[in-house]
Amino acid sequence: MLRVEDLYVAVGGKTILKGVNLHIKPGETHVLFGPNGSGKSTLLGAIMGFDRYQVTSGKIFFKGKDITSLSVTERAKLGIGISFQRPPVLRGVSLGDLLQATDREENNINELAEPLNLLSFLERDVNYGFSGGEVKRSEMLQLLVQNPDLVLLDEPESGVDLENIAIIGDAVNRLLQKDGYHKPVCSRREAKESRKKAGLIITHTGYILDYVPADIGHVLYHGELSCTGLNPRELLGCIQKYGYADCTRCLA
Amino acid sequence: MQEELRQKALKALNKNALNEEEIDISNFEAGGKEHPYLENIQELPEEEKKDMLVAGVDTTEKERTGTFILQDNSVIHASVLQEGLEVMGTAEALEKYDWLHDLYWNLVEVDKDKYTAKAALEGNRGYFIRALPGIKAIYPLQACMFIGREGLLQSAHNIIIAEEGSDLNIITGCTTASHIGSGMHIGITEIYVKKNAKLTFTMIHNWGEEVVVRPRTVSVVEEGGTYLSNYISMTPVRTVQMYPTTYLKGKNSVARYHSIIVGYPNSDIDVGSQVVLQGEGSRAEIIARSLTRGGRIVNRGRLVGEREGAKGHLECRGLMLSPKGVIYAVPELEARVDGVELSHEAAVGKIAQEEIEYLMARGLTEDEATAMIVRGFLNVKIMGLPEELDAEVQKAIAMSDASNF
Repeated sequence: MLRVEDLYVAVGGKTILKGVNLHIKPGETHVLFGPNGSGKSTLLGAIMGFDRYQVTSGKIFFKGKDITSLSVTERAKLGIGISFQRPPVLRGVSLGDLLQATDREENNINELAEPLNLLSFLERDVNYGFSGGEVKRSEMLQLLVQNPDLVLLDEPESGVDLENIAIIGDAVNRLLQKDGYHKPVCSRREAKESRKKAGLIITHTGYILDYVPADIGHVLYHGELSCTGLNPRELLGCIQKYGYADCTRCLA
Repeated sequence: MQEELRQKALKALNKNALNEEEIDISNFEAGGKEHPYLENIQELPEEEKKDMLVAGVDTTEKERTGTFILQDNSVIHASVLQEGLEVMGTAEALEKYDWLHDLYWNLVEVDKDKYTAKAALEGNRGYFIRALPGIKAIYPLQACMFIGREGLLQSAHNIIIAEEGSDLNIITGCTTASHIGSGMHIGITEIYVKKNAKLTFTMIHNWGEEVVVRPRTVSVVEEGGTYLSNYISMTPVRTVQMYPTTYLKGKNSVARYHSIIVGYPNSDIDVGSQVVLQGEGSRAEIIARSLTRGGRIVNRGRLVGEREGAKGHLECRGLMLSPKGVIYAVPELEARVDGVELSHEAAVGKIAQEEIEYLMARGLTEDEATAMIVRGFLNVKIMGLPEELDAEVQKAIAMSDASNF
């Protein structure tokens, strides 16, 4: 679904990503670990196509199409969605207005908002005066309405209390067609195989992994993927033991 | 009395207004052709009805309590549907009520500048609107200032009185016929909000591209009274200069000014609101939104605290949607006694790229994203208008939206 090839990305003239290769297949959920400033958000921003992330070399393919030079809008319309770590406030634009403007599937917005405890937020200005948890829940709601095939989640659990993490985990599962949020099937294996949605999640703490089953983990260190292709939980344990710099010791 | 006013006016005929570009009033034709009075406004040509609707004046009078229309310099219609409300021409009202002479040229000075002087010499056109004590208007009243003749000087003198305990909504729609390019409007408005009365005054400007506009408005609010002023100018205009002032005389009186202004290339708009807080516990709020597509907008706001315990806040935000154009925000606070609480915030800039990309990431195009942010910026919900007024203003914005964004 997504293929990143030897990607170099600069921000403000400074090279942040140095030759990243990444392949995410339909139905897979990948997790991206890495210290602050290692380029995790840059990778997500570059995949989404934000202006400040300049691709200096390399290519990004989505559903087999080279999207490296497409606009943010075009990428969103092809089926990529992102949750922002710190989204901007939109004064005068209500969350409900935004959802209506971005809904292309005639979703029942109230039905989607209810489990996220956001019904009373639909009238409020987007992100204005929202707490950390409310911001994240609002991001999840926006993505559920948008219903992308590839979901990029930038620290979905940061600033969120334990109770809200469960709600957000639930929404992520729904986005990724996990657990009960997919058409009725017989076995877990069948469920996994018929799943088409893919995800790339940045997490610092790994808390979200308690709620969202993920398939493959990577560590981004100094702009390069160092430990890649491992089981996310094992990788997290290894990072906790040896640190990001020495995660390669787990590969042995 | 009349002669005294005339003499004062004559002396002020060359007195320019503060901060304004030089306007030669003699370039515009005063008076003009008289128009016949219409008992039934349905007789208006369809095209004019359409022009008026854009300025929030609905000639079907659906959900309206009364209507006043000044076409050029003729009062062509004045009617009212609710008992206890009065709508008539100012000249007629001055004949009817002796006491009104004391309120006429009482708040606005005749020799303030050449515009007030000119208006005084031109006579008493304009409207008199009054709510009798305790009367609550069910629907808004509408007044239309309509220029249908090229190069005309329209001059109006309006008086509004919300008597004790009354509640009044007025929409004033100011507009030119769609074929009119240039013209000039001078409007004198004197507003009295009596004890525990509430007046919502919404002015929608929809003038032609070469129209010069010089309103002069002063209001006084007595004890427990509330004055809400909304101003919307969303279409190209040559120049507007005004500085409406409210005196919060009474205890616990309240004033709130909201303005939404869009400037276009060649527009020069200098608009300010001033509230003088004189009453114990008086409160004022001034909220201004300016957006330029190339024109110059000066947004002044001034709060003067003259009584301990008075509280006021001023908020001014400007958005540049063009590399040309100017937004000049001038928030002023003046405390004349201690124990007043006055504050302001002002911000001027362009739309943040981050906000546009946020919406693009949800699938909107760059233009759709920009339009959504601009609509939010110009959000009229903040005006707290009654539902039916809000709908009118939304309509006006949607119309200008379709033609300009």
